[in-house]
Amino acid sequence: MSLHQHTLTELKTLLDGGDISSRELTDYFLARIERFDGELNSFVTVTAEQARSEADAADVLRGKGEAGLLNGLPIAHKDIFCTNGVRTSCGSRMLDNFISPYDATVVKKMRAAGAVMLGKTNMDEFAMGSSNETSFYGPVKNPWDLSRVPGGSSGGSAAAVAARLAPAATGTDTGGSIRQPAALTGITGLKPTYGTVSRWGMIAFASSLDQAGPMAQSAADCALLLQSMVGHDDKDSTSLNRPVDNYLADLDKPLAGLTVGLPEEFFPASLDARIAELTRETARELERQGAKVVSVSLPSVKLSVPAYYVIAPAEASSNLSRFDGVRYGYRCQDPVDLMDLYKRSRSEGFGDEVQRRILVGTYALSHGYYDAYYLRAQKVRRLISDDFARAFEKADVILGPTSPEVAFPLGAKKDDPVTMYMADVFTIAVNLAGLPALSMPAGMIDGLPAGVQLVGNYFREGQILNVAHRYQQATDWHRQAPAFGGEQ
Amino acid sequence: MSAWETVIGLEIHVQLATKTKIFSAASTAFGAEPNSHASLVDLALPGTLPVLNREAVNMAVKFGLAVGAEINRRSVFERKNYFYPDLPKGYQTTQLAEPIVGTGSMEVVLDDGSRKTVRIHHAHLEEDAGKSLHEDFHGMTGIDLNRAGTPLIEVVTEPDMRSAEEAVAFARALHSLVTAIGVCDGDMSQGSLRFDVNVSVRRKGEEKLGTRTETKNLNSFRFMEMAIRKEVERQIDILEDGGSITQETRLFNGDTGVSRAMRSKEDANDYRYFPCPDLLPVMLSEEQIIELKNSLPELPAQRLVRFVEQFGLSDYDARILSSDLATSDYFEAVVKLSGDAKLAANWIMGELAAKLNAEEKAIAACPVSAEHLAELIARLKDNTISSKIAKQVFEGCWNGEGSPDQIIEARGLKQVSDSGALQKMVDQIIADNAAQAEAYRAADEGKRKKMFGFFVGQAMKASQGKANPQQLNELLQKALEG
Repeated sequence: MSLHQHTLTELKTLLDGGDISSRELTDYFLARIERFDGELNSFVTVTAEQARSEADAADVLRGKGEAGLLNGLPIAHKDIFCTNGVRTSCGSRMLDNFISPYDATVVKKMRAAGAVMLGKTNMDEFAMGSSNETSFYGPVKNPWDLSRVPGGSSGGSAAAVAARLAPAATGTDTGGSIRQPAALTGITGLKPTYGTVSRWGMIAFASSLDQAGPMAQSAADCALLLQSMVGHDDKDSTSLNRPVDNYLADLDKPLAGLTVGLPEEFFPASLDARIAELTRETARELERQGAKVVSVSLPSVKLSVPAYYVIAPAEASSNLSRFDGVRYGYRCQDPVDLMDLYKRSRSEGFGDEVQRRILVGTYALSHGYYDAYYLRAQKVRRLISDDFARAFEKADVILGPTSPEVAFPLGAKKDDPVTMYMADVFTIAVNLAGLPALSMPAGMIDGLPAGVQLVGNYFREGQILNVAHRYQQATDWHRQAPAFGGEQ
Repeated sequence: MSAWETVIGLEIHVQLATKTKIFSAASTAFGAEPNSHASLVDLALPGTLPVLNREAVNMAVKFGLAVGAEINRRSVFERKNYFYPDLPKGYQTTQLAEPIVGTGSMEVVLDDGSRKTVRIHHAHLEEDAGKSLHEDFHGMTGIDLNRAGTPLIEVVTEPDMRSAEEAVAFARALHSLVTAIGVCDGDMSQGSLRFDVNVSVRRKGEEKLGTRTETKNLNSFRFMEMAIRKEVERQIDILEDGGSITQETRLFNGDTGVSRAMRSKEDANDYRYFPCPDLLPVMLSEEQIIELKNSLPELPAQRLVRFVEQFGLSDYDARILSSDLATSDYFEAVVKLSGDAKLAANWIMGELAAKLNAEEKAIAACPVSAEHLAELIARLKDNTISSKIAKQVFEGCWNGEGSPDQIIEARGLKQVSDSGALQKMVDQIIADNAAQAEAYRAADEGKRKKMFGFFVGQAMKASQGKANPQQLNELLQKALEG
């Protein structure tokens, strides 16, 4: 078995057993990036030199017996996380020249655990998109079919892990940006409970929805990564102050006694029958392992797309105001006055989708519209949370499809934003409620991976990781890799 | 009598005296190298987040308690969105729908001794912006973000004031309150208090308020008074000419005394306020509020009453001496050491205030210590020096020549009370001025009174001011009237 076929957990065993050094592992993945990423475009920046020195340092630490949880394991960070001394572009021309002077808490914590950063992954501009086509650095290709999208916005991280150019990566999820690309590329990704992972240093899209999480080949890998990402952070006022859970302890726990809820609303008549079927087949597998499957209802979920596309753009329109060409980032050439500086810097620095959402959000917050849009959407948000609360009285976890479709061709929806937004229907309700959810591969349709989503109650990341891990012990969908990048 | 009534409401920005900023750990110290007190958060770098400074919350609550206001157990920060180069995030974090301090009021004593209650609509917490610097940049603008994120409370009054005098009296009372409770350093020259005045006029008897204008950012009581007077005149002129007032924001230039329109209501920004998702609502418990209430020092209004009762001061004297904590403390120290409140009050409000004013010094920087002033008063009381000599001694103290006793000794200023020496001097004066003495004796009671001063003057001249005035009077009288 080639090194890249191993999961992160297996690589950790190899490192811990002294079978390989971090430097060797790092060089190996850097070589794969060098060889394959020209076509895939999953990285915006590769930090080869820094990665090698971090790997050497990790090897030294291991020699001293001071290896952290992720010691020597190479990973990639989504280019939304600020990295000290390294360009942090957020997929935008606006920040193409921005070298962050500080590390995001996620980056800092994972480095402290010994992780080696291979580079920064491509993404939809400012995390706005579900196809990775809005990046200033060009679209990322899906390694299962290079003519198709990898999903978004964490499409670079998803494609890099799927093509085994990195054993794992970080992502962020505002409306499905970890789970949908995970589903479309056949990997496992987790969005934790809002407030579990610090947002300090993670460039804000929609502050009340944004949450960072791990993306890797398996649930066990995600548990390992998550363990090093979580914890209270004084720098983030929305960071929850509660004891850190152990996500690795209960991974193997049998599923007997577990109740899995299938929401009827996640199986509309319009849903691709093959996706519906592989989701139900997943439920049957869990049943075979002793779980009970019940039907639950989330009646307000149908309102989640309109509510989300008010709240997220509203917050974004304000969050992105700081990109004004004054202190850092893109500034237009020879502005004639202040207004010209603002207008041209922002018009030239932001792409179409970002501008569209700033306009939508600005409108939604405008005098006279605020009550009708923003306040209304916040009420819908409460209804959705209440729906989930009722469903969790009947079920421990909720199961449904991650995305209503498999990876679609590049350019297919580029000019049809509403169709693109509608595809987020299964993922965004979870963000609106702030719940944890995981996407894992559960079948193939026409040679393309399809994913299912497990939603847990607040702080039950451990439980959904346990369910996903048990599922992955009995199936091998997560071990399927695309032909692309198959040989070293 | 004018046919017009003036209506004034104020919005006051009070810079809170916290060590660090409201949402970052950067220092709030004034006057540092530009942008040296601007952290990642203050620069609004991508990915940075605000963390609320609890001390700013405590200070806002203290203010609310000091004006008897409702303290909201829950208050919410919102974003006020607009673009400006010295507003790094593109929004100001402030409070709108749910401010921390609700309705309250302040009683103000006016110059004629009458009292006026001004209602406070609310006060909210917010962050200050940075500064745009237009000089030294060759047609470009420099941005200094040291001030960005300095905590403020914005105090909003009801339109309860009816003249510039009332508005200034309120402003002064507010200044003395916020400095007394230690939530603001009160340094107007550094912009620690800034006033926006809303002014309208209406015909006397009219109930409906006239259209108002807002004159922004007045940072001295004098400018505030000037700006209000000018604005009232301007509005009355327009209305009497049959015109109408435009609702607008105006800027007042204190140097020229001229104001100009900055923007009208029509082109006002839509600030798109919404609750800041990066900050949790501010929750306050009953215990926290009680603790802050107990930590409040004596308020200026309470002190005023005490000064009248305890020291027998007049309302006027008590008001001036209780107006700020430094003056009050100085006064009380002098009283304690000298045992004479009346003399202490006279000296502090007279000689001392005049010197401080002339040299633009705060009482905290006064070169005459309370101990020295008390010693001076003691020497006056025990007749070591006359009040005339006392002024010379005071000058000496001000110039750092030592304690009053040292100065009296060094300059030989001790009052001459030796009756033998005085008698000799009086005899000599009468001998030297025999004609005047003759005239005095021939004059009637009324004229004598006036003429007596001449002899006193001669004696003081001869004694270089050191003659004990009381003794001198007696001896002169005896010598002249035989």
